[in-house]
Amino acid sequence: MKGEDISSVKNVDNEYVKQVANEQYKYGFTTDIHTEIIEKGLNEDVVRLISQKKGEPEWLLDFRLNAFRHWTSMVQPKWGHLILPEIDYQAISYYADPTSKSKSDDGKPKEIDPELIKTFDKLGIPLEERMALSGTAVDAVMDSVSVKTTHTKALEEKGIIFCSISEAVKKYPELVRQYLGSVVPYRDNYFAALNSAVFSDGSFVYIPKNTRCPMELSTYFRINARNIGQFERTLIVCDDNSYVSYLEGCTAPMRDENQLHAAIVEIVVMENAEVKYSTVQNWYPGDAEGKGGVLNLVTKRGHLRGNNSKLSWTQVETGSAITWKYPSCVLSGDNSQAEFYSVAVTNNYQQADTGTKMIHIGKNTKSTIISKGISAGRSQNSYRGLVKIGSKADGARNYSSCDSLLLGSHCGAHTFPYIDCHNNSAVVEHEATTSKISEDQLFYCNQRGIPTEEAVGLIVNGYAKDVINKLPMEFAVEAQKLLSVSLEGTVG
Amino acid sequence: MLEIKNLHAKVDGKEILKGVDLTIHDGEIHALMGTNGAGKSTLSNVIVGNPKYEVTQGTITFNGKDLLAMSPEERSHEGVFMSFQMPVEIPGVSMTNFMRAAVNARREALGQELLKATDFLKLMHDTQKLVDIDKKLVSRSVNEGFSGGEKKRNEIFQMAMLQPTFCILDETDSGLDVDALRVVAEGFNRLRTEQTSALVITHYQRLLDYIRPDIIHVLLDGKIVKTAGAELAKEIEERGFDWIKE
Repeated sequence: MKGEDISSVKNVDNEYVKQVANEQYKYGFTTDIHTEIIEKGLNEDVVRLISQKKGEPEWLLDFRLNAFRHWTSMVQPKWGHLILPEIDYQAISYYADPTSKSKSDDGKPKEIDPELIKTFDKLGIPLEERMALSGTAVDAVMDSVSVKTTHTKALEEKGIIFCSISEAVKKYPELVRQYLGSVVPYRDNYFAALNSAVFSDGSFVYIPKNTRCPMELSTYFRINARNIGQFERTLIVCDDNSYVSYLEGCTAPMRDENQLHAAIVEIVVMENAEVKYSTVQNWYPGDAEGKGGVLNLVTKRGHLRGNNSKLSWTQVETGSAITWKYPSCVLSGDNSQAEFYSVAVTNNYQQADTGTKMIHIGKNTKSTIISKGISAGRSQNSYRGLVKIGSKADGARNYSSCDSLLLGSHCGAHTFPYIDCHNNSAVVEHEATTSKISEDQLFYCNQRGIPTEEAVGLIVNGYAKDVINKLPMEFAVEAQKLLSVSLEGTVG
Repeated sequence: MLEIKNLHAKVDGKEILKGVDLTIHDGEIHALMGTNGAGKSTLSNVIVGNPKYEVTQGTITFNGKDLLAMSPEERSHEGVFMSFQMPVEIPGVSMTNFMRAAVNARREALGQELLKATDFLKLMHDTQKLVDIDKKLVSRSVNEGFSGGEKKRNEIFQMAMLQPTFCILDETDSGLDVDALRVVAEGFNRLRTEQTSALVITHYQRLLDYIRPDIIHVLLDGKIVKTAGAELAKEIEERGFDWIKE
């Protein structure tokens, strides 16, 4: 019996799936909490104010100001296959602190407001240490501020640092200064410059040499306040011979107006080290008519600095009105290996332009790209990827596979693969398919007693299986449910 | 009991069934024979509720219930099963997940408790042995890369898992060599209970050597033109259909 094909990942209780599938966006509630929000608008004074509120050192303020000045000289990129609404950067507030009421002098909350605990409970993220998820340490971020990080003590014993980036700036300024902006410089792109100027909170992870992180590290991002932008900044450094698996989850209330989330995630992987980064992105996607939803404009990049280092990005993207996101890898170390596994679902009027960049610099570097796009409703779903092989990357290899699944005939799937190869010994492969769920497949399921909605979920999950199976178990179960929910009502 | 009265049906705007009457009592096996295009597959698809086919007149009742008022999955839950002529492939969906969804959907509809993973896997295992299907087939994606014979065997396996009370075998013999045909037919025979009734659609006598019908109907141009005992199949094998038309 053991070898049977029913891994516990797929073994989701039908009843539960159905129950979830009948729900709409279930994270759309708002928390009524006193939140200190600074005035709308963006200028140098606002940048200074954010830095001051966070009690930052001079060098960081300079970093922010340089980024801001650079940003003002740039224009919003237009190359994505997206209709991006004009963003009025003066109509957004850049700092919202829901913990302000309960702060002591050092800026950390004395005790967490019960409303916040309730909110994260509702999201399935208990913050009280004794209730906290076992096996996973969580940094919970609401709007611009980290509310609480769990399990920090247990991690400290191993020398692992896991805290909010604001706290890291205070406690480990040298580490932060050494790596911040080293993978994604503020000049990188328009949204990276914006983030570097006004970033609020996110997580900082440092895994010392020869350490296997004993639990999953996770950050949960929540947008609550109205008309604010969330500027997540996460920095992960995994030193020689070490390992960490990191998860990221996101939700936001249902609002009629767009909410802006412009993040930067930087990862540094040293010699023989390995980092797994998984995202289940479930920002509010807007309503069925395309009103509201989060604009998810994100720069994520990992630097495989050491020889034999490994980095894998796994993402399940179901939310956001617009996704503009290309988790990338720079493979500098010889024999380094990078992977990108992605499922991107778009429904109604959602738009996604997502993919990856694999920059091969070291010798015998290897990258794998598996992308699965699922489009329904009137959505547009694009894969955009760059595979670049530098002149010194002897023996580099890339394999890319980009599949699109269409549900219905009003949606679009697009693939934009770029290959830029400067070394004759490199092997680069690209495969792409486009398919549709056929009426015959649905009827076959119906005849066996499986209702259409459930059949769609089954077929879509089968299609996305290669990616879902890369996620840590709890996330995989969550992702399966999400896929069913996101595509509810797309057929029939 | 399945009761079809004055059934008319269209596909792509063209009338294919032009008044079919057919009654199948519990435990009976009926064979349906006829030339290509006579409407055999249309009849079977209409019984299971394929949305491509439009019923314009007539009734179908199953155990006294109006089958035409039910969705395809409800008909399945009532115990109606079709072994497809050409089973579709569903890439990436494992047979295990597929059957688990099917078995539990039915149990839920019947108000029974859902099967736990371990109990379900035991059922898969036992059934796989019962119908003598290769364990490897059961662990693959639904019909993906299966040969013609493997697909038909898989249909019988699914039948065994769902234990229907009325089965349609839609040209189960097409594309099968004699050995495969025997295995599939024997599988079906083993699954039959005294209550199980079936409609076996075929062009040829040879399937009926293994699955012995009680009654044979000949469907020509959308109507049943002749009904007789098992001996009719032999006569058709020797003389074709033309003599019936006249």
